[in-house]
Amino acid sequence: MLTDITIGQFFPGTSILHRLDPRAKLLLLLVLMAAIFVFDTPGGYAVLTGLALLLAATSGVPLSMYFRSLRPLWWILAFTFLIHLCATPGEVFFHFWIFDMTKEGLSRGFFLCLRLTLLILFSSLLTFTTSPLSLTDGMERLLRPLKVVGVPAHELAMMMTIALRFVPTLIEETDTIMKAQQSRGADFSTGNALKRVRHLVPILVPLFISSFRRADELATAMEARCYRGGEGRTRMKELHVGGIDYAAAGVTALLFAAMGAMKMAGI
Amino acid sequence: MALDHVDLSIEEGEFVAILGTNGSGKSTLAKQLNAILLPTSGVCRVAGMDTRAAERLWDIRQTVGMVFQNPDNQIIAAIVEDDVAFGPENLGVPSDEIRRRVDESLAAVGMTSFRGFAPHLLSGGQKQRVAIAGTLAMKTKCLVLDEPTAMLDPVGRREVLETVRRLHRESGITVVYITHFMEEAAAAQRIVVMEDGKIVEDGSPKAIFGRVDAMRKRGLDVPLAAEVAWKLQKQGIQLPENIVTNEELAVALCR
Repeated sequence: MLTDITIGQFFPGTSILHRLDPRAKLLLLLVLMAAIFVFDTPGGYAVLTGLALLLAATSGVPLSMYFRSLRPLWWILAFTFLIHLCATPGEVFFHFWIFDMTKEGLSRGFFLCLRLTLLILFSSLLTFTTSPLSLTDGMERLLRPLKVVGVPAHELAMMMTIALRFVPTLIEETDTIMKAQQSRGADFSTGNALKRVRHLVPILVPLFISSFRRADELATAMEARCYRGGEGRTRMKELHVGGIDYAAAGVTALLFAAMGAMKMAGI
Repeated sequence: MALDHVDLSIEEGEFVAILGTNGSGKSTLAKQLNAILLPTSGVCRVAGMDTRAAERLWDIRQTVGMVFQNPDNQIIAAIVEDDVAFGPENLGVPSDEIRRRVDESLAAVGMTSFRGFAPHLLSGGQKQRVAIAGTLAMKTKCLVLDEPTAMLDPVGRREVLETVRRLHRESGITVVYITHFMEEAAAAQRIVVMEDGKIVEDGSPKAIFGRVDAMRKRGLDVPLAAEVAWKLQKQGIQLPENIVTNEELAVALCR
């Protein structure tokens, strides 16, 4: 039951996106997210939408996964669209009770929804094509220069790695605890919301206690294997920025120039 | 006091088993061996290095590798080969050298085909073998195993013991093996018995397991063959002294 859960949403593959260095992907994601807000012209949106669709289509990830990633946002999108449709002053094209739907509202609502959709799509492209481990690695490298201002890059990455490592172990343990409590007559599935939350206590308490014990033993094991923080540490799997990463950066720069030109021209 | 007047020296290349009931100080002794715990009085020397010398701490921990009881709580990385690489990474070994060591260590414990696996997909015995590989990758000279088989099934227990014996035989690695299983202790060259933080017996498996009475009094077992031989002798059946393994008992009985 609980053991079926997979961590992250990574789909292994060999597409261009899969082969990019995680650092390059993270940086390009940030740049593209900024672009969504900077180049807010129909031409700019057309370029970004085209790029997102092209990358999604070539990523080798089932397209239904992208729709699924948008699903939690469905209500927000619909709500945003309706508010803008009805609350923007302008040329009324439909009147219903107290609502005045305007043409201006229609286009504003549409572009706002497109903006949100693009943000989700671009982040999904990153998480679907990058394994959690290389993502962690990439973040550590990118944050490393910030160590001078006190950002604990290595420690954050180590925490992420250990968390990822222990998710399946703790899921298994939760499963065992639940079965143990159920065999003593605990009931997790009936009652109102408040009652169900109360039922979680006998699961959470043993789980927390055992997690602390695990943490203690893990710390000893790490010390026994000469762990002493990020100083002087090397890595077996070094990250390499290759031609494909420079090419991706080049293409992004070209798209930026094109979108900039279109914005100047008012398209 | 967890350890009391312990005077023990373990030679290079020895295979020593440490026995004792819970709370007898076995684990405390093990943790002294790589400076996780430090002596409050007296001296603990590892390859000539005093464990209280802070500047040699990492040399000591590299020399003495530890494998703990719970296989889940000593695997750090989410992929087998990354976990084996953890030790040498901490020591600042260059990446191509780490790769070489990881390949060698995984081969030495017979886990090469599992290199890309997530640890939670492995059996207990396989996890312990990965933990052993993790210490080998640091070029450990001495392996201290603190009840490595206590949470394993019989198959896993055999896997771990076989791996340790092979490493001892083929690489001449020093082994300190803490266990509650007498059959495992019988595989050692020397057995040290602890009680209340003191060493009460120190000798060969034959000498220790030959005195079934003494072991019983300490709350410890002996291998089944030793016990059967002892009982038969009490019934007046003539058997040679110091029978420890099943094979020895069978040979003696058939004579």
